[in-house]
Amino acid sequence: MDRPLYISHYSKIENGRISVDGNAIFHTDEAQFFAFIKQAFKNQQIDYSKFYKMDNLSKLAFLAAEVLLNEEEDKEDIALVLSNKSASLDTDVKYQGSIQDAANFFPSPAVFVYTLANICGGEIGIRHGMKSEHVFFVSDEFDAVTIFNYATYLIKSLKAKKVLCGWVELFEENYKAVLYLVEERGTALHTTDTINKLVKN
Amino acid sequence: MEELKEELKGKIIEVLNLEDISVADIDDSDALFGDGLGLDSIDALELIVLLDKEYGIKLSDPKQGKSIFESVNTMADYIAKNRTK
Repeated sequence: MDRPLYISHYSKIENGRISVDGNAIFHTDEAQFFAFIKQAFKNQQIDYSKFYKMDNLSKLAFLAAEVLLNEEEDKEDIALVLSNKSASLDTDVKYQGSIQDAANFFPSPAVFVYTLANICGGEIGIRHGMKSEHVFFVSDEFDAVTIFNYATYLIKSLKAKKVLCGWVELFEENYKAVLYLVEERGTALHTTDTINKLVKN
Repeated sequence: MEELKEELKGKIIEVLNLEDISVADIDDSDALFGDGLGLDSIDALELIVLLDKEYGIKLSDPKQGKSIFESVNTMADYIAKNRTK
């Protein structure tokens, strides 16, 4: 019989609050995402200037991964299975704004490179030196069955030792990130019910 | 020219989101790429957009960029000679 998989750690970013394994590590009343994420990044004393060049979705995903993985060793074989509802729409709208007016037509290359949702996974992969699988699903709601099956397959087929999964949603000022690490050891059993509760609560 | 250089440094910091760098940190002769400010290829494209948007300069030959974007000195010199706004 297959050995069960577990969730070893998880992080959440929502409503100006960042937590790891349920413990708050940062909180601010700052209402604007831009100011909140900058404060949070500085608070974590992360030395990575490329953060400031990222779009908001990538900043959200990057920070959620950073607080979760900063004590992880051997990250090369961690796969990424991310999902959200709005894809890269937040950045798509900003980019559209730069090409909307023919008299003021200045498309920004730096904005354009973020007009794909899976770029945020790429930023995480680059930061942590991951060389495993990477996929990004877009659906109206967190699809626990798909994410569960995908993560389980990656580990059982030896394509990855661990899988960083979750929901990274952002559009304008609405944001929520829930990331969790699936592996062979952990505290909570990896089931569709567990991950649904983790992401949707 | 000095005013243009200071203005240019501010615009570079703004458009390239160089959060931890101030105008005072950039020397006129600092290399913008490589060991200097450490800009990358996407930054180079943003600088081309900056020339167009702020100074009305369209670079027809991308190869020109290498010498133009060498430093603030070379950028300011090129802008002063070619600006249309």
